[in-house]
Amino acid sequence: MPDATALARQFIEAIPHSRMLGMRLESLGDGRVTMTMPYDTRFVGDPATGVLHGGAVSALMDTASGAAVMCHPASPLSTATLDLRIDYFRPATPGQTITARAECYHVTRSVAFVRVTATDEDETRPVAAATGAFTLDRPRGAT
Amino acid sequence: MTRAKPEPVQVVKQRRDAALTALFSGVPYINYLGIRFDRRGDELTAILPFDEKLIGNPTLPALHGGVTAAFLEVAAIIELSWSILWEEMEGGRLDPAAIAANPPRLPKTIDFTVDYLRAGLPRDAYARARVNRSGRRYASVHVEAWQDNRTRLFAQGTGHFLMPEGGD
Repeated sequence: MPDATALARQFIEAIPHSRMLGMRLESLGDGRVTMTMPYDTRFVGDPATGVLHGGAVSALMDTASGAAVMCHPASPLSTATLDLRIDYFRPATPGQTITARAECYHVTRSVAFVRVTATDEDETRPVAAATGAFTLDRPRGAT
Repeated sequence: MTRAKPEPVQVVKQRRDAALTALFSGVPYINYLGIRFDRRGDELTAILPFDEKLIGNPTLPALHGGVTAAFLEVAAIIELSWSILWEEMEGGRLDPAAIAANPPRLPKTIDFTVDYLRAGLPRDAYARARVNRSGRRYASVHVEAWQDNRTRLFAQGTGHFLMPEGGD
């Protein structure tokens, strides 16, 4: 059986859109993932303030969530988002890196449930959070 | 009583298109994703032309879920803002020239839920949003996205938005 961590890393690093947004995998294992995305003026949503667009933060949280599923001990072969609900708490401070911490906290035979939080450099006040359900494609023969 | 002569159609179109463009053209992320809007009267269709950089799963290949979420959210926000702008503009309460010079602040997303119904194919995507409730402070917007076939949605979403203050 392939190493779940290696497979998850490979899965993330092959995503063109995540590379384009400058996403970096900081840590992963056991259904938990930390990813970062540096501030970039191309991803601004409000030109008057320079605040990042919520969609860019969503993309980071979606990617981290998918990665959390991939590194779950169930060792899925692949995953896809079924649904994602994103709550926006406050504007991210312009110029600061966004960090997403995702946790795949429950899996069934075919579905994985994930929660994820996004912060900027003030880690005491989250910028956004999301919960999602993901498809889970288990290896053949696995229970 | 005599009716005022209707404005020439090109003047009306130019005014409406300029107001629409002013709403989103200054937003870097919308331009980065390449999102455009097609307008027929007051009806908007958001268009996301395919680009390799939008791919999330290279083996299928499929659009990135984050791209789909962002596309739906942008379509919802612009529809919401446009519906208010339209009323103001067509009611003669807002000077279209002022819109271009000083575009209105966009509503802020409170929450957004995306249903991924099928994989986004590596081709253009379209979205139309419907404002289900637009109050003074809060609004609820539903949005549907499709690719080749209007009845085969690949994603849908619902969002709640906080209206900009002093926008009325």
